[in-house]
Amino acid sequence: MVMNAPRQTSHLKREILIRLIKAFYTDDFGENARLIPYQMRPKDFEAPYRCCVYKERAILRDRTIAGLGLSIEETDDSIHMAELAKKVLEREKPEENPLTVLQTACKGCVPSRIYVTDLCQGCVARPCVNTCKFGAISVKNGKSVIDPDKCKNCGMCAQVCPYQAITKIIVPCESACPVGAIAKDENGHAKIDFDKCISCGKCVSACPFGAVHEKSQIIDVLKTIKAGKKVIAMVAPAMFGQLPCSPKQLKEAIQKLGFADVYEVAQGADVTTKNEAKEFEERLLKGAEFMTTSCCAGYNELVDKHIPELKPFRSDTRTPLYYTAEIVKKEHPDAVTVFFSPCVAKRREALKDDNVDYVLNYEEVGAWLIAMNIKVEDCGESSFKTEASAEGRNYAVTGGVAKAVKTLVPEEIPVYPVMIDGLNKQSIRDLKKYAKNGECELGNLIEVMACTGGCLGGNANVNAYKPALKQLTNYVKESKSIKETEEAGEKA
Amino acid sequence: MDKKISVKVCLGTTCFVMGSANLQELIDTVPAKYGDKVDVSGVPCLGLCSIDWEFSKAPYVKVDDEVIKEATVEKVLKAIDEKLK
Repeated sequence: MVMNAPRQTSHLKREILIRLIKAFYTDDFGENARLIPYQMRPKDFEAPYRCCVYKERAILRDRTIAGLGLSIEETDDSIHMAELAKKVLEREKPEENPLTVLQTACKGCVPSRIYVTDLCQGCVARPCVNTCKFGAISVKNGKSVIDPDKCKNCGMCAQVCPYQAITKIIVPCESACPVGAIAKDENGHAKIDFDKCISCGKCVSACPFGAVHEKSQIIDVLKTIKAGKKVIAMVAPAMFGQLPCSPKQLKEAIQKLGFADVYEVAQGADVTTKNEAKEFEERLLKGAEFMTTSCCAGYNELVDKHIPELKPFRSDTRTPLYYTAEIVKKEHPDAVTVFFSPCVAKRREALKDDNVDYVLNYEEVGAWLIAMNIKVEDCGESSFKTEASAEGRNYAVTGGVAKAVKTLVPEEIPVYPVMIDGLNKQSIRDLKKYAKNGECELGNLIEVMACTGGCLGGNANVNAYKPALKQLTNYVKESKSIKETEEAGEKA
Repeated sequence: MDKKISVKVCLGTTCFVMGSANLQELIDTVPAKYGDKVDVSGVPCLGLCSIDWEFSKAPYVKVDDEVIKEATVEKVLKAIDEKLK
């Protein structure tokens, strides 16, 4: 799978956010938000994707609604945009479920099924007919035909066809979802079952129509800053690989947006590392066979909703975001906190954490910088009050969390890290197996990342994976080890 | 010898967020494909995004004097091929 692949849908989503932010800073937010679809698809404009500008405008209106942080499914088409904007400005808290589906955009996608293509030669061997356990295939007029009432979508026929003439038509969101939480309903519209959804964001990345949107909290944040409140940004480590600037320039750029201060979530990651190393040691001394990490919000939701039997093996240590937000609220009790996130899953975690007020993803931050015409590469440098460790900053990369914990576990306790690099149906089966057997034959410290590549592979990243990794790794290399900072802390 | 073709990938904030992050691969792939016929580099903001509301047409790439709007890897390679004809 190509991580962070270029997508025209991201361009559209980002353009809408930029226009929405610009609209917010005008005298008439509601009216200017209403005009967004008309500005993007003016009269006589040739519709690039769909039948006509009218349909494109309708879809762009829905995308704007997601940008306002509202549910597209639950918003009535007839309500005036100005009224919606007003409602959003009055909102106290973001909506609970972080995702919303643009149903008008997903109609074109055919339901998942097995399909015999024209390549079928009507051969004599007929392995498809013989392999089908359900008697769903017969040969008519020299071609294999599938009876949809009998077919169970197992795909065996596609595997045995010597001409590769049978194919499985997939629905990208359904196929990407590791827990079966998104499916087409009777009307052909994708629908998310939030009792099952673990907010991993894979459907957001997978849909070629860009139909799955995160409900943005950008307006809530803009409103808070405009009201003159003290707003503090907490930036997850993956962010330092996202924009063409140094970490210190990024800090300055964020302050230019109106934030009073910026904290590295890697600072909280250092607390996680210390606690988790201690916990690992205690658990192993008590005879535990393995422990899993607990910093990934998508993984935590997976365990809570789908693999409760894994709970006893999951570390009780809190996430880097939890500790960072705790530190910020202690140092600034009057501050409003905003977490800068690489993925949608953290939105759910933030809702449960009273110390985290809002979440913005990197796309939203990027759009905001563009809207304000802030060029990060021209910004000056501003230092962080507390420097995080190299290990903490490396949490965003697969293997980084386990490596950090290993650094602080005493030598006499052997640490054998196992990496779950991305949640999918197979890795979920593996995790279930470890829980059932009470052991993992591959090691004793299981690091789980919902996204392939770690947080740098999250659904809301801006940079391509490789350059992002290179940029972040350079930052990690110039940082002090947690061992050094630990010792310095003890002396002080 | 003929003049080299110059390819400038804008890596200013606007272009970067709107997609040139994914054009960085050109900096590796273009020399591999065209050798010394083409000079390719990532450059600071070309200033094209701030004209009116033209951020929506980012990312920009310049192939010699030709400006490519909403650039993709394919569009840039096609433009290079045209120049080499």
